[in-house]
Amino acid sequence: MLRWFPALTLVLFLGPVAAGLVGTWAPAFGYLPSLGGSGFSLDPWRQLLAEPGLGKSLALSLGTGFAATLISLAIVLGFLASCHGRRPVVLVRKLLAPLLAVPHVAVAIGFAFLASPSGWAARLVSPWLTGWDRPPDIATAPDPLGIALVCGLVLKEVPFLLLITLGALGQAPVDRTLAIARSLGYGPATAWAKTVLPLVWPQIRLPVFAVLAFSLSVVDMALVLAPGTPPPLAPRILRWFNDPELGRHFLAAAGASLQFLLVAGSIAVLYGGERLAARLGRRWIAAGGRGRSGRASRRAGMGAMLLVFAIGLAGILGMAIWSLARRWRWPDALPSAWTGDNWMRQAGALAWPGWTTVTVAVAAALIAIALVLGCLENEQRNGVTPGSRVLWLIYAPLLAPQIGFLFGVQVLFISAGLDGSWVALVWGHLLFVLPYVFLALADPWRRLDERYARTARCLGAAPDRVFWRIKLPMLLRPVLFALAVGFAVSVGEYLPTVFAGGGRFATLTTEAVSLASGGDRRVIGVYSFLQALLPWIGFMLAIGVPAWFYRQRRGMKVFAA
Amino acid sequence: MTMRWIAGLAAAFVLALTLPAGAQEKLDWQEVRNKAHGQEVFWNAWGGDERINAYIAWVGTRVKAEYGVTLRHVKLSDTAEAVRKVLAEKTAGRNEGGTVDLIWINGENFKAMKDQGLLFGPFAEQLPNFRYVDVENKPTTRLDFTVPTDGLEAPWGMAKLNFVYDSATLANPPRGIPAILAHAKANPGRVAYPAPPDFIGTTFLKQALYELVADPAVLQQPPGDNFDAVTGPLWAWLDELTPHLWRSGKIYPKNGPALIQMLDDGEVDFAISFYPAEASSAIASGKLPETARTFVLDRGTIGNTHFVAIPYNANASEGAMVVADFLMSPEAQARKENPEYWGDNTVLAMGKLDDAGRKLFDELPRGAATLAPEELGLTLPEPHPGWMTRIEKTWLSRYGS
Repeated sequence: MLRWFPALTLVLFLGPVAAGLVGTWAPAFGYLPSLGGSGFSLDPWRQLLAEPGLGKSLALSLGTGFAATLISLAIVLGFLASCHGRRPVVLVRKLLAPLLAVPHVAVAIGFAFLASPSGWAARLVSPWLTGWDRPPDIATAPDPLGIALVCGLVLKEVPFLLLITLGALGQAPVDRTLAIARSLGYGPATAWAKTVLPLVWPQIRLPVFAVLAFSLSVVDMALVLAPGTPPPLAPRILRWFNDPELGRHFLAAAGASLQFLLVAGSIAVLYGGERLAARLGRRWIAAGGRGRSGRASRRAGMGAMLLVFAIGLAGILGMAIWSLARRWRWPDALPSAWTGDNWMRQAGALAWPGWTTVTVAVAAALIAIALVLGCLENEQRNGVTPGSRVLWLIYAPLLAPQIGFLFGVQVLFISAGLDGSWVALVWGHLLFVLPYVFLALADPWRRLDERYARTARCLGAAPDRVFWRIKLPMLLRPVLFALAVGFAVSVGEYLPTVFAGGGRFATLTTEAVSLASGGDRRVIGVYSFLQALLPWIGFMLAIGVPAWFYRQRRGMKVFAA
Repeated sequence: MTMRWIAGLAAAFVLALTLPAGAQEKLDWQEVRNKAHGQEVFWNAWGGDERINAYIAWVGTRVKAEYGVTLRHVKLSDTAEAVRKVLAEKTAGRNEGGTVDLIWINGENFKAMKDQGLLFGPFAEQLPNFRYVDVENKPTTRLDFTVPTDGLEAPWGMAKLNFVYDSATLANPPRGIPAILAHAKANPGRVAYPAPPDFIGTTFLKQALYELVADPAVLQQPPGDNFDAVTGPLWAWLDELTPHLWRSGKIYPKNGPALIQMLDDGEVDFAISFYPAEASSAIASGKLPETARTFVLDRGTIGNTHFVAIPYNANASEGAMVVADFLMSPEAQARKENPEYWGDNTVLAMGKLDDAGRKLFDELPRGAATLAPEELGLTLPEPHPGWMTRIEKTWLSRYGS
């Protein structure tokens, strides 16, 4: 039975992914009969290259994508290296859930409201301190260079990477390793970087690639924080796809294909960078430098992380206040008129979208975790390791821009007579949930010390019993993390809901996105909170359940108390 | 000169209206109603404004009570999503039982669907309530951005470009395109317009073109070799304006609603809107101060009509027609014009209504920030969509990249 899991996963996956890729690449080479494109042609690419400012768009995408990824990674690693086992880690851990749960676009809007010249920060000090009775005409968020977009992405990616890294740390013999390194005279941060990082890196590298892919393709945050003349590539593609002139679909498809290449190429570059860093790092480790006491680095690491959390939480707080505001005008530091109406008006309309959101997300996350566990278990029992080609397929939905990809998926669903059904909706979500669940679970699962399983087998336990009684309980934390991530991904999906649901299903996110297009911060505040609430509950459970489950198992705690 | 080009425009309209609208079968309305009863109509409409959403929800309760039609509002963030959905269905060969029954649409999206044969009909002019529509004085109810509707879409509301400002901070708003340039020069960073292809942004550019072009009548014809010559003054005006724009023209607001927010944030001196009652409506919902007011340009502003259309493969075309007809009823139109609910102008002719119908409109509150019909000034027709497409393209290469 177990042998069928990889095949089942692939079948569930292969059809839509193939349809998605064909739906992107065929029109990119001029083939889409319903729009009169019936032959092979390079015209879409010629059109694409002739687009004004394409180079700038590419540079903006690459610059913001790499900057956001590397800065996020540096902040997370710097923080954990310098503060391992200390109180800031416990504090940050407690504050992690809200930042993880808030939808990207809400973080972007919250940050823009904080940082723009008429924003909250300026309002707090105007006009009494700054003398500004009108907001100054300075481009802060958005700004021409995309710095605001990088900031917004960092606010969302740091919590994600932190979550993944903390999960990985729970799987490695961190405390013992550190104790040995410290006893050899290494400074705390140096000891972490030289001994712990190489242990956990294999488990966080795929998530880092995913962060890069996401940052390069982000649309919703870019619409709020990136410059628009020209915008980065991904929002530009969306604009082409949404162009009323349907002939632009070919150009858009070529753009989506270019985006695909951009992401794939960037990942290759990051992979090369990783190799280089590994080589240099090995030399650095072998050189045996002990490092300093690390007080300065601790301050920097802690400072950067706390700054991220402070800004992120302040942005969320700003949106929470907006949701209760009737009037909040420049330069008032707080609303001049408060109201509960923004909430009351939504109350009646929420039951149905809320129910759809929960049921679809639970179904998609559970199916995804079952498939992933089945594949991973099969891999270990039968010694089948999926080739890199298969892995690539699993990540394809994350690499391709959703809009072009989903057009092909939608055509498949319609042909199968499935579109607009609940099944199609869950399936459509599964395409994006599964990669993240796989991402969150594969490495912790593979890295579980196989001696546990072997010992259990030696004591007479059947493989199934080992799975249910040993592996699953020991890996409860990453499994629940993965479930929570899958649930959160599903809750946040917009385009897959619109495309696969055929407009027959409304979720909190579709409601939120359509209302957000009207730009009313008060309504966006309400929906951000509601959208965040469900994933937040998920993450709280993922953090709380293992803590309760392991309450009498000291060795399973992430931090020795 | 102004008189001459208005006469030219009128001639263009008469010409367009006398074009044959295609052979139309007679609609058996009773049969449509019978079939519609019990149908579920999925109406794909932009969902970015809570008040409009609430209005659509009200329409739902009314058509349920009156005709037994269940209306579902599919809230879009961009009408193109619905166009694309119908296209995907055509690609997959689903020529009936489609998921979109009714679309809120106009302009380029309508032209795209019409050109690709994605629309059902003609039906609009056979709906019972169409007889109240003011086709004589509101020619845009049958000409969508100069494209004849041919009964493929039913008029729903009238939009007219207007400007919103705060009378407490701006005493004399600029009432002309040259005046806007002068205002920007005197107040650097206080003028902004959304970046095309946002429709408020492109309409603002078309508005500027209207005032700057030598002979506006050419705008009713598709652009040809004359494009550079006709639009030259527009680019000269923009070249002069751009350095004095908000953020020196390096960043543009995303859309119309964003501009309203910026007005309230004190970032700009005026916002641009398509709903004549937008200011009153925004005051009522707390988005703008009580001192917000509306102004228009002395030489008139662009107006158009928005419509509802039915895709060729709609699952509930009868139900959709019943809804489209109800939307044109005096009851629905009067409520829509009320700024407490929405504030969108009617497509109906008061002269064609009976006393009860007229009374509904006579009793409407206007809202302190809304201009009276006679203050709204001349309505200029939309240029041919070809101008919009090429202006967007040129704008993008000159200022947008």
